[in-house]
Amino acid sequence: MLEFRKEFFADERDDNLKEIGKGTQRQDMLGHVTAMTKYFDDHKVQNLLHLKVLRSPHHHARIRHIDVSAAQGAPGVKRVIRGADVPVNINTLLSLLNFGKDDEPSLAVDKVRYKGEPVVAVVATTEREAFEALSKIRVDYDPLPAVFDVEEAIKPGAPVVNEVYPNNTFEYHDKYDHQKLRFGDVEKAFAQADHVLEQRYQMSPIEHAPTETNGTVAAPDTNGRYVVYTGAQGLFFALDTCAKILNVPSNRLHFIGGTVGGGFGGKVDSVTEPLAILGAMLTGRPVRYLHNREEEMQFGPPRGAERIFIKDGVMKDGRIIARYVRSYFDSGAYTRLSSYAVVKCVAHIPGPYTIPNVWADVYCVYTNRTPATAMRGFGITAVDFALETQMDKLAHLVGMNPMEFRILNAYRDGDMKAHRREAKNCALIECVQVAAEKAKWPIRDEFKRMHSRSGGGGDRAVIPHTPGVTPSATPPRPQRTSYERPGMPQPTPQSAPQPMPAAASAPQPPSLPAQPAPVQTQHGATRFSSVFGTRRR
Amino acid sequence: MPIAVRTFEKLGDAASALASDRGARFLGGGTLVMRAINEGDVSITTIVRSTDAVASQIRPAGARIEIGAGVTMAQILSNRDLAFLHPAARIVGGPAVRAMATVGGNLFAPSPYGDFAAALLALDATVSIAGSYSTSETPLEDFLASRERGGTRLVASISFPRPGNPDTFRFRKVSRVKPKGISVLSIAALLPVAGGRISGARIAFGAMAPTPVRAKGVERALEGRSLDGEGMSAALAACLEGTAPVDDAIASAWYRREVLPIHLKRVLLGQPG
Amino acid sequence: MSKTPVQFRHNGSDVAVFVEGGANLLSVLRESIGDTAPKFGCGQGTCGVCTVLIDGEPHLSCLTLAETVSGRAVETADGLKDGPHLHPLQTAFMEHFAAQCGFCTPGMLMAAKALLDRNPAPTRDEVVEAVSGNICRCTGYEPIINAILSAAGQPGARRA
Repeated sequence: MLEFRKEFFADERDDNLKEIGKGTQRQDMLGHVTAMTKYFDDHKVQNLLHLKVLRSPHHHARIRHIDVSAAQGAPGVKRVIRGADVPVNINTLLSLLNFGKDDEPSLAVDKVRYKGEPVVAVVATTEREAFEALSKIRVDYDPLPAVFDVEEAIKPGAPVVNEVYPNNTFEYHDKYDHQKLRFGDVEKAFAQADHVLEQRYQMSPIEHAPTETNGTVAAPDTNGRYVVYTGAQGLFFALDTCAKILNVPSNRLHFIGGTVGGGFGGKVDSVTEPLAILGAMLTGRPVRYLHNREEEMQFGPPRGAERIFIKDGVMKDGRIIARYVRSYFDSGAYTRLSSYAVVKCVAHIPGPYTIPNVWADVYCVYTNRTPATAMRGFGITAVDFALETQMDKLAHLVGMNPMEFRILNAYRDGDMKAHRREAKNCALIECVQVAAEKAKWPIRDEFKRMHSRSGGGGDRAVIPHTPGVTPSATPPRPQRTSYERPGMPQPTPQSAPQPMPAAASAPQPPSLPAQPAPVQTQHGATRFSSVFGTRRR
Repeated sequence: MPIAVRTFEKLGDAASALASDRGARFLGGGTLVMRAINEGDVSITTIVRSTDAVASQIRPAGARIEIGAGVTMAQILSNRDLAFLHPAARIVGGPAVRAMATVGGNLFAPSPYGDFAAALLALDATVSIAGSYSTSETPLEDFLASRERGGTRLVASISFPRPGNPDTFRFRKVSRVKPKGISVLSIAALLPVAGGRISGARIAFGAMAPTPVRAKGVERALEGRSLDGEGMSAALAACLEGTAPVDDAIASAWYRREVLPIHLKRVLLGQPG
Repeated sequence: MSKTPVQFRHNGSDVAVFVEGGANLLSVLRESIGDTAPKFGCGQGTCGVCTVLIDGEPHLSCLTLAETVSGRAVETADGLKDGPHLHPLQTAFMEHFAAQCGFCTPGMLMAAKALLDRNPAPTRDEVVEAVSGNICRCTGYEPIINAILSAAGQPGARRA
């Protein structure tokens, strides 16, 4: 049963909840139970052709030669598709936001960088004929040494996974091989701390394993467009990716999403749409490209593995005074969304706690593993696991109740966060108090009396001296929105408004203009970038 | 080339068709052959089936029980006379798989599948192979050993001596997911007792080698002993004899070796898993 | 290429189709007959989204050779409704929020129907075993088990 704890923050809202707490039926539930909900493969399509992909058996290899002649003449085969047939055979997903360099082919040409990478696609009248054609394709590979571990991959002399990033790390701001967070002086604080605790955390790749596998059905439509049925979680994202790869204006593509049979982040990489549409373009007929279960589990992108080192300086009384996080995202062979996951991760550090000295160095690393993708809070979930486990260990180290330990270190309204943003609408303390109550976990009265709205600001609102970082001439512009709590102190008036603080701690490209303006992207369409703060309101 | 389907009323004719066609596979319940076709195994060009009623019969006459190769796990579960085999039949797949999976097919299921075959191995089963003109008998142990060497055999039925006391037969499947999950390992044990001591024990392991194997070290260790103290220690010390587990997606070889004695002890003592 | 005629009963109606050699029942139902209720999830027999009833018994249609259903009765989730009226299982699934993405639902319903048709008063353990061959990645199974117990009019539905 849902329980309302309305005594918290009672003065901040109208108590006129109409929907929360009542069961509301899903609009698609009737469709689900009557099997009328249409998934991408449930649309009736005449004369459907089947696309199957030949995949690399090697983790890392040069392609010396591809011979498709026997497959081309095989019964039922309508088209064999190679890298040269793909109009723009190199892409990175976030080029739509002008973030990162194109690094991934739709079909490999001279090199394969992970086991399962697509090399050749065959389109045939039946699945059986497609399988038979695949078995007739000969590819000569020269296997190369492979690297599977993030720390091995960044050592000098490691095999270069992706020549676009020759050091096996993504480039941030055109000059750093990692994303940085700098706030205060952690080294000085470690020297002052009563205890220093450094721990290593590791999370493996996690496969979403949706019951419905990745897939697309693309068909020529009546008006020169292509209708595309897909399980993609983001239709506009998939549409624009395909427009780029296929070099067509986006209004030539008509994407229709049905319900997704389980996505969880694993259906955002547009792995099947481009080749399915290309197949339809080249054959003039509807084409289906559907992962079977083996492909979905092995080659469908997983949540990327992460290795996280956390070093904390803590005082006897339980205050954490320094936190340094060094972390490596295993992006696999290509960037996809991992570059962005790193940005999210850094934005999340040090967790919902006020710590006066926080540094972070987070890397997006390439290895010869299946390219990683999003999954359920990606960029955040793993670092949270590490941070919260670390909090328990620290509490144990200083001999303190872990619930009280969190309340003590929790951020409060008005505190300065490591990203030089003011903490607002904090509620961690109240959550921990209720959790302790529900778990019958005793906490002392003084901790029961603490609140998110008291004890913050003042000294805790100051941006500390940070070695290596020149303080900004203009203090950060405080953000005020309609979600503000009444009674918040008014911000000090600021001079020249800037979209972003100039300090190097927050992610921003150096070349961004002061006024939000449309940024020319790599493929000519006008886009706005939500990653870098030029929001369109 | 498209797949041809050939259906024969007599098992012997099906056996001939299999023997003369390298691309032919025999279709039992479909869990192995249809899966291979779905996954693009183009080496299968002919499916051979039989509607021979004999293959679907359970003949529990007298001292020997004979089960047709086409008998499904669901049929085993609805036969009261085979109640001692129910624990082994029940853990095969889910209800739909049990309606399809056959006893004969389980003999061909690659490790870590094939738990029912492990149960039959502990019952000293004999396999009846259908030839073009006649059937021949071979001990299940030999059949499984030669399975790895390839060659097409068509199984007509499996038979084994009826256990004197069905309560002496135990079966346990160890898996992470319950009730249905692929085996970390399985253990089948027939533990006849004479005068308080084990006599003629038969133990078989599934998923501890490329095929189900007899645990002969354990059998020797238990012979003439009771299941406490020395007898148990000797049995557990010998449990890895004849095993050759592999790493797979379910468990590592190391893990399988580590937990085998723990689960074996529980089975021998009749303790819950 | 010659095809094989197959005649069977599909959700109460007589149907006849010509199938490719080696075609599985799932693809015949979906593509030749146009019944998209059973889904493709694995082709291996592990997920259960293709579950149909053949003569009242649950089967995995992706592993069933289509021609083996000649003369038999095949039921899919598409046939559960009684005219405009929902089957009690369908109503129960709705009431208990037993679906999110909905992809496993048709298979779950057929596994549940197979159980209730032969065992109208199952225990909770029997319900769990009945759907043990059907994977759900969204709901955590509890709402589904509760829905099936509720459809059977049984106590034992646990608080969600």
